[in-house]
Amino acid sequence: MAIKPEVVQGVKDICDSYANEPSPLMMILSAVQKKYGYIPLEVQEIISEKTGIPVAEIYGVVTFYSFFSLKPKGKYVLGICLGTACYVKNSQQVVDKFSSLLGIQPGETTKDGLFTIEAIRCIGACALAPAMSINGKVYPKVTPDQVGKIIEEYKNKEAEA
Amino acid sequence: MEPIKTPQCLEQHIEECTAVLQAKLKGTNGKRAVVVCGGTGCIANNSVDIEEELKKEIAAHGLEDKVTVNHVGCFGFCSQGPFVKIFPEDTLYRAVKVSDVKDIVEKDLIGGQICENLLYVDPTTKEKVQRQDDINFYKKQIRIALHGCSLINPDLLEEALGYDGFKALKKAITTMTPQEVIDEVLASGIRGRGGGGFPTGRKWQFAANVKADQKYVVCNGDEGDPGAFMDRSILEGNPFEVIEGMMIAGYAFGASEGYFYVRAEYPIAVSRLQRAIEDMEKVGLLGDNILGTDFSFRAHIRLGAGAFVCGEETALLNSIEGQRGMPRPRPPFPAIKGLWGKPTCVNNVETLSQIPFIIREGAGKFAAIGTEGSKGTKVFALGGKVNNVGLVEVPMGTTLRELIYDIGGGIPGNKKFKAIQTGGPSGGCLTEKDLDTPIDYDTLVARGSMMGSGGAIVMDEDNCAVDVAHFYMSFICDESCGKCSPCRIGTKRLYEMLTEVTEGKGTEKTLEDMKELATIIKNGSLCALGQTAANPILSTMNNFPEEYKAHVTEKKCPAHVCKNLMQYHIIKDKCVGCTLCSRNCPVSCIHVTDVVAKPMVPGKPTMPGKFAHEIDQSKCIKCGSCLAGCRFGAIIKE
Ligand SMILES: Cc1cc2nc3c(=O)[nH]c(=O)nc-3n(C[C@H](O)[C@H](O)[C@H](O)COP(=O)(O)O)c2cc1C
Ligand code: SF4
Ligand code: SF4
Ligand code: SF4
Ligand code: FES
Ligand code: FES
Repeated sequence: MAIKPEVVQGVKDICDSYANEPSPLMMILSAVQKKYGYIPLEVQEIISEKTGIPVAEIYGVVTFYSFFSLKPKGKYVLGICLGTACYVKNSQQVVDKFSSLLGIQPGETTKDGLFTIEAIRCIGACALAPAMSINGKVYPKVTPDQVGKIIEEYKNKEAEA
Repeated sequence: MEPIKTPQCLEQHIEECTAVLQAKLKGTNGKRAVVVCGGTGCIANNSVDIEEELKKEIAAHGLEDKVTVNHVGCFGFCSQGPFVKIFPEDTLYRAVKVSDVKDIVEKDLIGGQICENLLYVDPTTKEKVQRQDDINFYKKQIRIALHGCSLINPDLLEEALGYDGFKALKKAITTMTPQEVIDEVLASGIRGRGGGGFPTGRKWQFAANVKADQKYVVCNGDEGDPGAFMDRSILEGNPFEVIEGMMIAGYAFGASEGYFYVRAEYPIAVSRLQRAIEDMEKVGLLGDNILGTDFSFRAHIRLGAGAFVCGEETALLNSIEGQRGMPRPRPPFPAIKGLWGKPTCVNNVETLSQIPFIIREGAGKFAAIGTEGSKGTKVFALGGKVNNVGLVEVPMGTTLRELIYDIGGGIPGNKKFKAIQTGGPSGGCLTEKDLDTPIDYDTLVARGSMMGSGGAIVMDEDNCAVDVAHFYMSFICDESCGKCSPCRIGTKRLYEMLTEVTEGKGTEKTLEDMKELATIIKNGSLCALGQTAANPILSTMNNFPEEYKAHVTEKKCPAHVCKNLMQYHIIKDKCVGCTLCSRNCPVSCIHVTDVVAKPMVPGKPTMPGKFAHEIDQSKCIKCGSCLAGCRFGAIIKE
């Protein structure tokens, strides 16, 4: 897969912006993940060239942390909290409902590239359990009943755009 | 603000800012002050829009000169949010919606009347409570770590300075030697709030005793225990206090650089912390020769990337160094050889947040609170099946009964209390018999649990002990870093065995094997994640042996949670044939029978064509939506 020239430049710029930091790899990876949504091998090679860190080491770091992904995620990442506070309030049922309505398992992305389901661990909104976050926006007290409506909300948003 | 270059200059700023803040809270500036909760929980409930709407509405009424509006950090009682508080009356409005703003402005701010419908209602007395301090949830609390949270504007250095901010720093670096600071912290008896409970002063002393050209303070804001959110709230509510604590630590053992490691799941905390650091740099409270002394200090932020094990201090250091977050063997301890090989103290957010109090008010005042072996206060994140869910800061030695019933308001829906899990995935559960135990580091350990970071998850009779242990084990399996095989393979195997038990495939032998394997994992693991991994299992096995037994011998889940060991049934005698359940069933396994349904309205005849329903057990996936939907109580779990 060829990386677009502007992405190559973008990644290089990110590397440059952290050039003065000690051990900048995590910061670079976070910034790339945030900006492009994933960190494929080709991008890791660019980072390696810029920083002198071997690709093998970068790959090791990327695969260690759950925030970094090798593959693109859906446009909307449905992060459903399976932290303790949410779990004891039945957040598993919310995950199951998303799975059954979208036909994908946690960690997977719908064919149209719109949704990814992620089981996440605590977003600090435990008092509003079960909580979920969609691209950073936190939804409090989600019940299985609301799942259909939430999916519709984002599908409509897509249709309008 | 102009640069603060001398102690006198800081003194003067503190005086001015204190006067301004007091005038704001007491209304002696001729204005009323409205504050809106801007914590993660309330923001999820639209508090940002509420703040905007308040500003708009106030402008529309031409009240800009008479009323100020700003956001503050978490009130702790997030389940009742969003909160809006009005000074000087000290009126607290809860569960505020954007549509309530008009009322607040017209009725209260203009009309001088209280919006009764927005007041907190005590669930037992059913009385409305106007002031925060009169709400039971807040009564037993003492705010040391949460000092200033939900009161000061976390984006304004001025408000921090107006509420005791940097008094301790000034005292430490201008009137105390580093050793005196360490002695004071030792005398306070404070133990680390992040998990292990190691005396903070001793840790600092180790690092102080090492000679090095560079040392580091690292603040652990990884808050890995899912269900705990005190560090988040402190960072969001008063980031200055944590930075101040970090600087005092740096002064005490000779570090001039500090790193905050904050989990990426906390974007609001990160941005407030970032802003606080920048504002302090601007006035010279961070940088070279602070207040004209020899003390220089810089603070930096590093983000986590979703790995629980990075909360472990040596893994955290690896992560800051841009590596896989795997624990390092100890010794050498970080205090000797830590970040980039230099002496480093890792301290938890809450620990650092309590340091300014200790220096400012004196060790004696801190040590006067708490128990013999555990001094001061501890913030707990009370969650799960309890009426008042939220953050509470109470003296060490508070009993579980006080925590769950007096502060937490008891269990919702008149359900029976079953257990409370403390210490997160490394901890254990306490039950009915422990309710009157004063909780501190040592009593919790003695009862097979631990303090951990202060997560306290209440479970009621509807929670299954085996299922909860299964949940923690799945968490640990996911999060084991894989460095040592007892932890990597052992936890996986334990998880599989527990799965067998929850599916009814386990035997008594499985339970014995689990205990044996638990011991092996405990003894053979490098870090505390592995060493404590089996705690939730062992503790539930100890406390609920009969429940485990029911799963393996009778193949029953007494709490009706484990899907393979329970069924949903429709009681034909109660079903009115409304068809709701069959329309909602995702696998269409609910059918009509030929039994005529009960009448919809008691006493009236059944409508024609209404028949009782029945579930085809062979197809049911136990999703529970039928039970949740039936309005006639006709569906049960067995
Ligand atoms: C698996 C694991 C996870 C941990 N997670 C955290 C955490 O999220 N926050 C924290 O402050 N300490 C955590 N700790 C404890 C730290 O290793 C360390 O003891 C603590 O940060 C020291 O600070 P304190 O002395 O102020 O408590 C964890 C330990 C282990 C073994
Ligand atoms: S005990 Fe587990 S988490 Fe800790 S170092 Fe070993 S494998 Fe990693
Ligand atoms: S929802 Fe309840 S009352 Fe209605 S058909 Fe189903 S079981 Fe009967
Ligand atoms: S539990 Fe779910 S699958 Fe089973 S009958 Fe009820 S709605 Fe259908
Ligand atoms: S456990 Fe779900 S938000 Fe904390
Ligand atoms: S976030 Fe508003 S009360 Fe906690």
